[in-house]
Amino acid sequence: MQTKTIAIIGAGPAGMEASASLAKLGHQVVLIEKKASTGGHLNNWHHLFPDRRPAKELLQKLKQEVNHSNIEVMVNTAVHEVKQNDYRYELVLSEKNVINANAVLITTGFELFDAAKKEEYGYGIYNQVITNSDLEQLFQADNLAAQFKKPVKRVAFVHCVGSRDAKVNNHYCSKVCCVTAVKQSIEFKERMPETEVFCFYMDMRMFGPYYEELYREAQEKWGIVFIRGKISEASQTRDGSLQIKAEDTLASKPLRMNTDLLVLMAGMVPAEGNEHISRQFKLAIGDNRFFKSKDNHFDNQLSDTPGVFLAGACLAPMNITDTISQARAAALRIHEYLTN
Amino acid sequence: MYYDPFVLPFTLGLLLLLGYLLVKYGTWFWQLDAQDKKKIRYRLLTRRTLIALREIVAEGLIHRKIFKVNPRLGYMHMSLAFGWFLLIVVGAIEAHIFVKGSAPLYFPIFFRYFVPDQHHFFFSWGFAQLMDLLLLFVLSGLFMAFAKRFNAKTVGLKKTTKLKVVDKFVLTALWLIFPLRLLAESLTSGYHNSGGFLTGSLGAVFQYLFPTEPFIYPAWWAYSLSLGVFFVGLPFTRYMHIPTEMVLIFFRNWGLKLKVNNPVLKAVEIYSCPKCGICIDTCQLNELQNTTKSQSVYFIQRVRNAENYRELAENCLLCGRCESVCPVGIDLTALRLMHKTDFSENKKDQFAFVSERTNTADVIYFAGCMTHLTPTIKNSMEQIFKQAGENYWFMDKEQGACCGRPLKLAGQFQAASELVSLNRNMILQSGAHTLVTSCPICYKIFKEDYRLPLRVLHHSEYINELLVSKKIQVKKSTISVVYHDPCELGRGAAVYQAPRNALQFASNVIENGSSGQNSLCCGGSLANQSLSENNKQNIAHTTVHKLTDNNPELIATACPMCKKTLGAVSAVKVVDIAELVAKQMIVKPVHQKQKAVSVAEFA
Repeated sequence: MQTKTIAIIGAGPAGMEASASLAKLGHQVVLIEKKASTGGHLNNWHHLFPDRRPAKELLQKLKQEVNHSNIEVMVNTAVHEVKQNDYRYELVLSEKNVINANAVLITTGFELFDAAKKEEYGYGIYNQVITNSDLEQLFQADNLAAQFKKPVKRVAFVHCVGSRDAKVNNHYCSKVCCVTAVKQSIEFKERMPETEVFCFYMDMRMFGPYYEELYREAQEKWGIVFIRGKISEASQTRDGSLQIKAEDTLASKPLRMNTDLLVLMAGMVPAEGNEHISRQFKLAIGDNRFFKSKDNHFDNQLSDTPGVFLAGACLAPMNITDTISQARAAALRIHEYLTN
Repeated sequence: MYYDPFVLPFTLGLLLLLGYLLVKYGTWFWQLDAQDKKKIRYRLLTRRTLIALREIVAEGLIHRKIFKVNPRLGYMHMSLAFGWFLLIVVGAIEAHIFVKGSAPLYFPIFFRYFVPDQHHFFFSWGFAQLMDLLLLFVLSGLFMAFAKRFNAKTVGLKKTTKLKVVDKFVLTALWLIFPLRLLAESLTSGYHNSGGFLTGSLGAVFQYLFPTEPFIYPAWWAYSLSLGVFFVGLPFTRYMHIPTEMVLIFFRNWGLKLKVNNPVLKAVEIYSCPKCGICIDTCQLNELQNTTKSQSVYFIQRVRNAENYRELAENCLLCGRCESVCPVGIDLTALRLMHKTDFSENKKDQFAFVSERTNTADVIYFAGCMTHLTPTIKNSMEQIFKQAGENYWFMDKEQGACCGRPLKLAGQFQAASELVSLNRNMILQSGAHTLVTSCPICYKIFKEDYRLPLRVLHHSEYINELLVSKKIQVKKSTISVVYHDPCELGRGAAVYQAPRNALQFASNVIENGSSGQNSLCCGGSLANQSLSENNKQNIAHTTVHKLTDNNPELIATACPMCKKTLGAVSAVKVVDIAELVAKQMIVKPVHQKQKAVSVAEFA
């Protein structure tokens, strides 16, 4: 069999897993990553839901997998231009490197919603306001309490920041923030049991195995209070704490509360470079601005352009389990495509 | 005695019209409330009436305002209105000189028929030429109107109004009047070898081509019929605007205002709309796909025809752009808003849970709900107040009631007034001499509905005063800034200069193509409850695109809503004036210890 080369754009979990699967099938893979290291958002996460498995564990496994003679990893490399000739793609990369690929897999993933766009929550204005990603960084430290300048007696989590929000033109659900908030609120309680924890949600979407159980644990074991209602605004009070305003939609009452820390569950948005990639490969973009697959049941990993495949969170917000499944499915579809 | 049966369609039509108008306007006058009637009684014999008459000539006949907006369209309207008016006046003088006394109503209209040979009275030659010239003037306008119907671009409009069947029927009658007059007069002149440069020459040509005599009488019948049909049809069509606009001008000059509970002014304004369609091109909803045609002209048409106008009443930004170009000066925003009340339910005691609290201070700061959603603005204002050493009370810092204007914009006037009186009490008890607000939406209701015995300033005006009086000082930055006029502050409250002055202290202000009165709406209007977020963002995109014509480094505005809406789609950073000034402010040690507030970087 003549060896075929596959270019994979984006070395997050999807790109890494797909590279490994394709390499095992005997293909040559060039894994291209814009950033300095592989692993994507896994690098910024401490523990994963629902089993609280350390992100590092997954990262190590993925890195081992891509350490394969058939895989060439190119970090700090971006795709500038793409030319197509006879079912082959010529990719012009940074520093004028050119690679020829028989197939291309796009695994460019997502970016976190810029929480500063919801100015009413005060991210970037009040230092007591942080995001889910910031909190994961804080969890890396041994002593969480020592990370805050003032004692944190109460913390509030806001779900759906930048998701299901027509005001920022993101109508979709980011899917994983609910369970992330449940996980993080438990982790907060474990480290600082005296702190009161509140979660403000629109709907609790516990879609995966053991997610609902985790949600129950949060309430029963840890006494975390879940309030249905979105926070409308946060402002600083005279004593330097935050005042938040919300509506408890189950009690049909407006609510005002002081808190020492506000955690914004920033959702997923398509990666900034997706637009460029979509132009280069003539890929369809959906109304939600993520890539659109050829058929969302049977050809989810295929794009409208022959030889260009899609996997992971560049298609829609998703968790790592689904991302890895999609990466393997994509590898299989690419294998079929190249061997026929 | 000059009489022929063909004068009957004209005469009867005119009498019917006058009778209708007498009853219609009489009813309106009767329905006016006591206060308005009193105003008319006191002001009827004052200068106001003379000013109204002058305005009727300038606007009703010459159409000065349309000329300003669009000279071609202005000429079209002027030639039809002013030309026809002069035809009537000069014709009446001519007839008067001829008979040396009074003549029947129809006599001047059909003068050429009754007096075909005009060589026997004073200045008859001159009259013939003058009347022909006027007829030509009217016909030129008619020709433009005709062309406009088929292609709006000929008169510089992108779109023209769609007409009803009855409108088209009466429009045809109107269009026929002057060509038929030309025909009738030319045929008569040809036969009698008389007439001016137009009818005389055309008549001679006709006479040369065929015997004109058998056609003369039918032509005069046709002319009279077209007039009669037009007069009878007028009350049912947009041409009601011709007499009603005069009523509106009188009412306006006598100080009568739109009232939510009184139908008269609303009706007068609605019947004054000539459906010229100038409001269509200026409306930003025009650019959107799949939205109802809700421009003022269509809205007014629905209301007038007693069709369901709810959707149209609600699909409006209330930005005031159409009002600023309306040649008749109809209060389009207020009119639309008042019709919204027809669909809103007013719940009782909605705000029983809001408690009154007050503080004594010199200056009250009312940030407004929208400002609380853009905290950088209120933080900047607090910095500025402190730097200026102002004794201020931040009225809605931790809990506060809404100013009421969003409810008013939704048509809930009653609920809004409850909030107004609640806030008003708190404001009065504070003993403050000035009220400063960061939100133009609040500013407008404070100014218009609160009847406050203290100065009400938008923060852009207040900051400008502080800068002028050197109570605060700023370091001028070289950054180039374009100012976006918020609808409620600019067209809504005529504050255009103060924000620009304040900005000029701190930065380098550049203008763009659509500023001041012509500024665009950001799209975030609280008034429009039916527009999708997507469409709001489409409007914002266009506005940002126009604003950044001259490549500014920063967009500054003076409204939290505009900041949020434009900021969501703009590649150029959008800030409020207060933020820019606070950032450039030279901070001197002040009495109170200041808390460090982190302000986001601009450039």
